[in-house]
Amino acid sequence: MSTSGEPVLQVRGLYKHFPLTQGILFKRQVGAVKAVDGVDLDLYRGETLGVVGESGCGKSTVARLLVHLERATKGQILYKGEDITKLSGRALKAVRRNIQMVFQDPYTSLNPRMTVGDIVGEPYEIHPDVAPKGDRRRRVRELLDVVGLNPEHLNRYPHQFSGGQRQRIGIARGLALRPEVIVADEPVSALDVSVQAQVVNLMERLQDEFDLSYVFIAHDLSIVRHISDRVAVMYLGRIVETGDDTQIYEHPTHPYTQALLSAVPVPDPDAREHRERIILTGDVPSPADPPSGCRFRTRCWKARERCTLEVPALAVPAVFRDVDSPAAHDSACHFAEEKTVVPPEAGGE
Amino acid sequence: MPEPRNHPDEAVEPAGGTGAAMGLGQDEARSLERAPGPGRAPAVPADRPGADRPHSLWSDAWRDLRRNPVFVIAALVILFLVVISVWPRLIAPGNPLSCNLDNSQQGSAPGHPFGFDTQGCDVYTRVVHGARASVTVGVCATVGAALLGALLGGLAGYHGSWADAVLSRVSDIFFGIPIVLGGLVFLSVVTSTTVWPVVGFIVLLGWPQIGRIARGSVITAKQNDYVQAARALGAGNTRVLLRHIAPNAVAPVIVVATIALGTYISLEATLSYLGVGLKPPTVSWGIDISQASTQIRNAPHMLLWPAGALSVTVLAFIMLGDAVRDALDPKLR
Repeated sequence: MSTSGEPVLQVRGLYKHFPLTQGILFKRQVGAVKAVDGVDLDLYRGETLGVVGESGCGKSTVARLLVHLERATKGQILYKGEDITKLSGRALKAVRRNIQMVFQDPYTSLNPRMTVGDIVGEPYEIHPDVAPKGDRRRRVRELLDVVGLNPEHLNRYPHQFSGGQRQRIGIARGLALRPEVIVADEPVSALDVSVQAQVVNLMERLQDEFDLSYVFIAHDLSIVRHISDRVAVMYLGRIVETGDDTQIYEHPTHPYTQALLSAVPVPDPDAREHRERIILTGDVPSPADPPSGCRFRTRCWKARERCTLEVPALAVPAVFRDVDSPAAHDSACHFAEEKTVVPPEAGGE
Repeated sequence: MPEPRNHPDEAVEPAGGTGAAMGLGQDEARSLERAPGPGRAPAVPADRPGADRPHSLWSDAWRDLRRNPVFVIAALVILFLVVISVWPRLIAPGNPLSCNLDNSQQGSAPGHPFGFDTQGCDVYTRVVHGARASVTVGVCATVGAALLGALLGGLAGYHGSWADAVLSRVSDIFFGIPIVLGGLVFLSVVTSTTVWPVVGFIVLLGWPQIGRIARGSVITAKQNDYVQAARALGAGNTRVLLRHIAPNAVAPVIVVATIALGTYISLEATLSYLGVGLKPPTVSWGIDISQASTQIRNAPHMLLWPAGALSVTVLAFIMLGDAVRDALDPKLR
């Protein structure tokens, strides 16, 4: 998994506000759910960017914005330097070829009334210039083979497959157009734990084989750690901390990340007894009316007055700026400090 | 290092000779690079034309239907009805309008197996000749109402927002019209003796019911991830509607429409009874049933035969609808 320097996808100040309306015939806007509220991300060629956060923090909306299933309220998504948020028609269709999505639920993401051959072959029907008509069948067979399914099962229907197999079909469909970026929205959350590993390993193998970049959205921190090169932690529509694997997991500086990590199950009983659990109180505030200043302040044990007044910027905190340590990475906290909550992974990766 | 794939310049691969050949070469190179894992299927077999024809929902459904006895029986009954509607004289050479009052309400007699009605007309001849009007009204009204309802309801459900609001309120207005009263008002101004005003009226009042069902099932279908997946691939509205939403939303519409067919034939009877539906000399089951219903204790055979024909027709269409619905559900295979 070599990460070369050129970013494939750059997200700049991305906003998605869903209007809240009132009234039956003459709807007036009474507010907005700020699902994504100023997100910056970079995805480099061949890398996996993990996005983690609680449910309702806007992870899935980011995914849907990236594949243009939703239109951004504000901000830019640059694919190789070109802003794709304003595209439509032919230009959008051309970009879609390069950014594909794998969905969370393999039971609803495959049309129950289409054969597997039709599902995996549909991308070629939508983009007829990718594969000549006579060649499509062969390509579909090859795709099924690549994702570890029997190419002879072309004429079967989705219900004849298990959850893991269905997710493989979904991955094959995503691969059909040979995209460069695959946005995976919780691709393994709906699967059995035993199958999760198979699918994640398949995705890793495909990444090497087809030189893919992944945006891997999940709430399972261990899986994100396993597959990701870099990790972004989201809270209430914003990115609160981002850095590489080691920086986030072993040297987290944002209190929210620390709280999340302290909830990861530890297999070693000794380590488990000696570690500190950070238990957050309260629920995630409503994204329609987020707290002022730092959005995490309502649940943060470090919150002081400054946090209500000033929005912390996502940058290397001042205390770590001149330090050559893994703790020196972007973290949106006024009072960032290092705190090890997860024992270093035995053996490493 | 990764090969320079999907460079912006070659983002659209030429479909022609060299480009396709190159793409093919790359794919093969890739599949050769892959180490064949244990238990993996061997390299993709070459295409055997004809050996494995691609299946689709419709071809699978058709293969299924041909083997389904329910479908075969229903289809034969409907075929028979269509034939006698077009050529009633094939099996009933008599004239349904030549009646003899001497035979009023007589039971079956040689050459007149179903007996005679109050006017002394041959019931058998009238049942056979009545098929044309009844089947025409039933089938045309059902097809019309189903198409209109599925189209308007489907668009309302798919588009949502103002289209949904407008179409739902419009269908509420039609729901509010009492059928019999509406029929008296609308049809009394029509002087035509053909079946079409009746068909038109039934379609007008029948579509909202099917429209609501269609709207609901389209809304259910469009929320599925596979619709999002198709959109993410770049599919347009037409493809999404025809390939993804319609096949998954059509089942309830088929069921409601086939049940409605029977209701529409009897609605025609009601309207004819009130004198605003089909008018003599048109022969229809509806007219005969409504006339016979007052004499049910004196001469039940007058009611039995046209009512029986109506029931068989309705049953055949319901069976057909059921079989088609099941065939379109791969899970039941």
